[in-house]
Amino acid sequence: MKQVITLQINGQPREVTVEPRTRLLDALRDGLQLTGTKEGCGNGECGACTVLVDGRAVNSCLMLAVEAVGSAITTIEGLAQQGQLHPLQEAFRQHGALQCGICTPGMILAAKALLDEQPRPTRDEIRFHLAGNLCRCTGYQKIIDAVEAAAAALAD
Amino acid sequence: MLPFDYQRVETLAEAVAVLGQDPAGTRLLAGGTDLLVFLTDQKLRLGRLLDAKRATDLPGLEVNGALAVGPNVKLRELERHPAVAARWQALAQGASAVGGVAIRNRATLAGNLGTASPAADTPPALLALGARLELLGPAGRRELPLSEFFVGPGRHRLQPAELIRRVLLPAPPPRSGSWYTKLATRQAMDIAFVGVAAALSLAADGTVASARLGLGAVAPTPVEVDLTALLAGRRLDEDALAAAAEAAQVASSPIDDKRCSALYRRAMVGELTRRGLRQALAQAEAAL
Repeated sequence: MKQVITLQINGQPREVTVEPRTRLLDALRDGLQLTGTKEGCGNGECGACTVLVDGRAVNSCLMLAVEAVGSAITTIEGLAQQGQLHPLQEAFRQHGALQCGICTPGMILAAKALLDEQPRPTRDEIRFHLAGNLCRCTGYQKIIDAVEAAAAALAD
Repeated sequence: MLPFDYQRVETLAEAVAVLGQDPAGTRLLAGGTDLLVFLTDQKLRLGRLLDAKRATDLPGLEVNGALAVGPNVKLRELERHPAVAARWQALAQGASAVGGVAIRNRATLAGNLGTASPAADTPPALLALGARLELLGPAGRRELPLSEFFVGPGRHRLQPAELIRRVLLPAPPPRSGSWYTKLATRQAMDIAFVGVAAALSLAADGTVASARLGLGAVAPTPVEVDLTALLAGRRLDEDALAAAAEAAQVASSPIDDKRCSALYRRAMVGELTRRGLRQALAQAEAAL
């Protein structure tokens, strides 16, 4: 049964029509055309669909849109402010921490959740926090480098 | 995903009442990290999904000597809780061994038990630490030792319309320690070849007072092995470790599958038992 729900997305209330079975991922991509959130495996194995729910990294393929009513959701579209890339986005660009880009929004949001909680993580801590986000192109070194650089930039 | 209805409930009693209307066609949604995969893969058909995560009477995580874990406590919360990490270390390690951070931000301890995977990471620790379940159903509350909960892969002893209200762990005895070791190819997002949790306590003279294992991925269910009769009064020397490893192997009935062979699992359950007991011993000796 279709219903209209209101989700708090990137600080804005957004109405979207969903069924109970609609995943948060589909509400974002198909309902609201926020296609920065990517679907990889659709089974919670790859992390490509990672968004922040109340500040915590979550696989949006494993959450129903109706479950998200009442929570604050951050997608990759919510990071840049007034045309300025977020320091994480800037660092990924500077360090060439992406190739095809499918894993990048999830990587950046998982990294944001980490830096919000722990502003200067060690490389091991970065690896631990990004272990649920798979990249099949770059390898992970440049991604770790980028998160480290963003942490330093944010600390300045 | 096939269509279903979604309903939020205000109290756990209401959840039990709604579950009772159609127990076979209704499931309680916790973290959803298994349930939504089953629904996506159409391994499960449901009339209704019941969401009690915002129920007003939901027990949380309580530590007062003993530990009680409510049904919506996330694995990430358990792994980060200082008292859990200090006193029920194997549980913090088991929680931390599941998936990745984003999975553990949603997945719950109660849900991990409800899925009843033989290879799950939290049951070995809970079994070694002597967990009991507080269940809530139409007839009220009852308690069940976790060792009696699992029946087979994906099967457990919850009655229709019954739910896990709390997972209960006793206060660890003095001079005790616990450790969970997961053997897998990767450090995250992987399923255990074998998982072994060991918990032990020492007498004041440094001999073993009690010891118990929880084994994962070596039988159709997680397995508890009580080593107290075997080890009590002994020093945990190489002979004692060998006897414990053999007891773990005897309690195992592993299978060959795509991950590894039964032969390998049988060898590793012995080795992980030795390692786990050594680690638990080191913690217990630090308290002597």
